[in-house]
Amino acid sequence: MFQFDSFQALVAMGGHGFYVWISYGVSLAVMAWLVISPLKRKRQVLGNLKRQQRRTVADGRRTGEASY
Amino acid sequence: MTFTQWFHRLGSPRWFYQASGKWLPWLAAATLILLVAGLVWGLGFAPADAKQGNSFRIIYIHVPAAFLALAGYYVMAVAGAIGLIWKMKLAEMAMRPAATLGAALTFISLFTGALWGKPTWGTYWVWDARITSMLVLFFLYLGVIALHYAYTSRDAATRAGAVLALVGTVNIPIIYKSVDWWYTLHQPATIKLTEAPTMHPAMFQPLVVMILGFYCFYALALILGLRAEILHRERRTRWVRELIGEDAV
Repeated sequence: MFQFDSFQALVAMGGHGFYVWISYGVSLAVMAWLVISPLKRKRQVLGNLKRQQRRTVADGRRTGEASY
Repeated sequence: MTFTQWFHRLGSPRWFYQASGKWLPWLAAATLILLVAGLVWGLGFAPADAKQGNSFRIIYIHVPAAFLALAGYYVMAVAGAIGLIWKMKLAEMAMRPAATLGAALTFISLFTGALWGKPTWGTYWVWDARITSMLVLFFLYLGVIALHYAYTSRDAATRAGAVLALVGTVNIPIIYKSVDWWYTLHQPATIKLTEAPTMHPAMFQPLVVMILGFYCFYALALILGLRAEILHRERRTRWVRELIGEDAV
């Protein structure tokens, strides 16, 4: 059964709202960061490699033309 | 497949990267379902505690985070040991993501514990045995992370981190036993494997859901961290090059 009569009561948590909601908010933010940061790092590594590869291919073409 | 073959395959970063890619959607779905269900149940439907009122709801974050902060230390220490003894690449790579994850979870349990302590004990912080040994755990995790940056040689850094992690395991039984050895402020364990929980089922059931959710979350975050670490360390290998080739075209 739902324990609170209204949305306000849920937010207030009988006077403990501050402690409960800060706990949950900060924890969830940290957990979101734990998932997002490795995904970002992965994209960064792949992005760097792609750029590097494109540069190598471009350099190859240029030296190829120069030899003609 | 013999055990040695299996062990070698599991130790191959390439194999792990490809296999874990298939596990991720399932793991992410399980994590999301369990955490959302546990949060709604714990925040809205579990009855308030007779003595503590609604501040007790912090338990649904505090206890699972503390569980995983401790279990995660074993993961890190065992990975360190395997890396030291068998030089298994994947185990060496797992140490740093495991340390980051462990430090974050220890922080969550300390932070939520402080916020729970204020309305319950009247103070955010006290040098109680359980709390102090958890703070030591936090510094152990930070120490392992710091060692990774302290050495220029990756091998030396990995070895030093593994040794610190193994030495630090001494702290784990101390944390577990702290509430019994020095009975100060932190309450003793409510959940024991050997006994029935001393909690009402209506409060206990959402806690079980949250603990399961945190286990799934731990596995998910560790695998994501490990995959990023694998790509970074294997960036000069042929299979990673081919992976980008597929992506780029």
